[in-house]
Amino acid sequence: MTLSGALEVASCTDPGMVRSHNEDSIASDGDQGLVVLADGMGGYNAGEVASGMATTVIITELQQLLEKRVPYEIDAHSGKLVAHQLLHEQIAKANTSIYQAAQSQPQYAGMGTTLVVALFYDNKMTVAHIGDSRLYRLRGGELRQVTKDHSLLQEQIDSGVITPQQARQSQNKNLVTRALGIDPIVEAEIHDYETQPEDIYLLCSDGLCDMVSDDDIGLALQTLSSNLKLCAQHLVQTANDNGGRDNISVILVRVLRDYPAPRSIVGKMMSWFK
Amino acid sequence: MAKLILSMDGLVLKEIALTKERTTIGRKPHNDIQIDNLAVSGEHAVIVTILQDSFLEDLGSTNGTVVNGQPIKKHFLQNNDIIELGKYKLKYVNEAVAGQAKAADFEKTMVLRPGSMKLATAAPVAPAPAAVPVVAAAAVGARNFSDTVAGQSATPAPVAPPKPVAAPQKNAALQLLSGANAGKELDLTKPLTTLGKPGVQVAVITRRPQGFFITHVEGASFPVLNGKTLDAQAHSLNDHDVIELAGVKMEFFLKT
Repeated sequence: MTLSGALEVASCTDPGMVRSHNEDSIASDGDQGLVVLADGMGGYNAGEVASGMATTVIITELQQLLEKRVPYEIDAHSGKLVAHQLLHEQIAKANTSIYQAAQSQPQYAGMGTTLVVALFYDNKMTVAHIGDSRLYRLRGGELRQVTKDHSLLQEQIDSGVITPQQARQSQNKNLVTRALGIDPIVEAEIHDYETQPEDIYLLCSDGLCDMVSDDDIGLALQTLSSNLKLCAQHLVQTANDNGGRDNISVILVRVLRDYPAPRSIVGKMMSWFK
Repeated sequence: MAKLILSMDGLVLKEIALTKERTTIGRKPHNDIQIDNLAVSGEHAVIVTILQDSFLEDLGSTNGTVVNGQPIKKHFLQNNDIIELGKYKLKYVNEAVAGQAKAADFEKTMVLRPGSMKLATAAPVAPAPAAVPVVAAAAVGARNFSDTVAGQSATPAPVAPPKPVAAPQKNAALQLLSGANAGKELDLTKPLTTLGKPGVQVAVITRRPQGFFITHVEGASFPVLNGKTLDAQAHSLNDHDVIELAGVKMEFFLKT
């Protein structure tokens, strides 16, 4: 199955102004409708190793699996949507690989990574995320944060301890409550969303959203939507202009046209009679 | 680690490190910070510390708690805040903020693990490779805290949202030199201003700390700057530069 021509994808990743290493990792396959972003953590280069393992495992495995499996069908064994099943399995696989490497090699001890994955199919997308890497949507000129961070600050906001405005002042940034590769088992948060032509999706690491306000992100997406590559570079540049305290990664996906699943004739007939 | 400096009439009396999750302030001796003065209530206020953040809450004191001249019920403490209780002053100092040199270390993403919530003052330590679930602790910690403050009508703290953008000092504008709107001026106040016709030729002027830059966005032809056709890269704009775009000439100038 291919979505060629339905999505435009552009990305940019940068170590920022302070860090010497880039511990973020990104991967995408526009034809398969697959984008992955990870923000690694851990000493020396372990963060890069963890985020690199996460994106590589997930993109290569899913690329192969999507040749055979149809994401919008229901899996016969689990009764779940195939898209969910595939994401669930491959995230578990990436988690195990990172966890085992961290356990077996002392220089990788304690490494982990955040993750945000989006899989597009049948005018929909399934988003899976762990940690504080985010997915935003721009639709009709309005920017909305789609994912909710797994972080101490988000929990404090949810329980009313602090307001979202106060959270920007907090010293407890970058404390995630879930990460890939830290424990033998991890649960990703997985949701489905309808997509529309002209939607723009932004996947980013906290190096972007900590340094650039949502207003400025929205303005950039709206103003530069006709040149997605420039838009991605501009977002990274703005984060760097504001201090670039962390690694910055951005993936942009623009929906160019509808991409409904190719239903069989029989299926179409059935749906008429329903 | 955050601390409080207690003073009266400009005289420093003592320093108190905020090592506990709850640090109580009041006149009675069982308080962590005892201030033996009749203007201070028996149980006057409490400071709740969660890792690097501290929150001050008035416990219904008779004379109230004042931060930076404003009476507060609940307040998210920021570096150098002055808490006033009667004649006494408590200055809040958060070294995580003060020591910017260490900022890079603090900003590394960490996983919050069970147990780390108790180390209210410890700097985020590299996660130990223990085999315990990550999620629970934070949730529990946050919930306990919310229980203690639930029901308080949290007065919105006078916290200005951070404005990290070091915008260029100077303002600039474009004056159209040709076309139907010749003579018109366009102020470049936004971080991004687009010029041209969508689908034909569009360029963008970005406002950055270093100055103003023009970049080609879309269209087959590129903008012309002072008679020279630009490439796909961003170009910095100088005072009185002339831009030609989609058949319209305009002059860039800095405002004083």
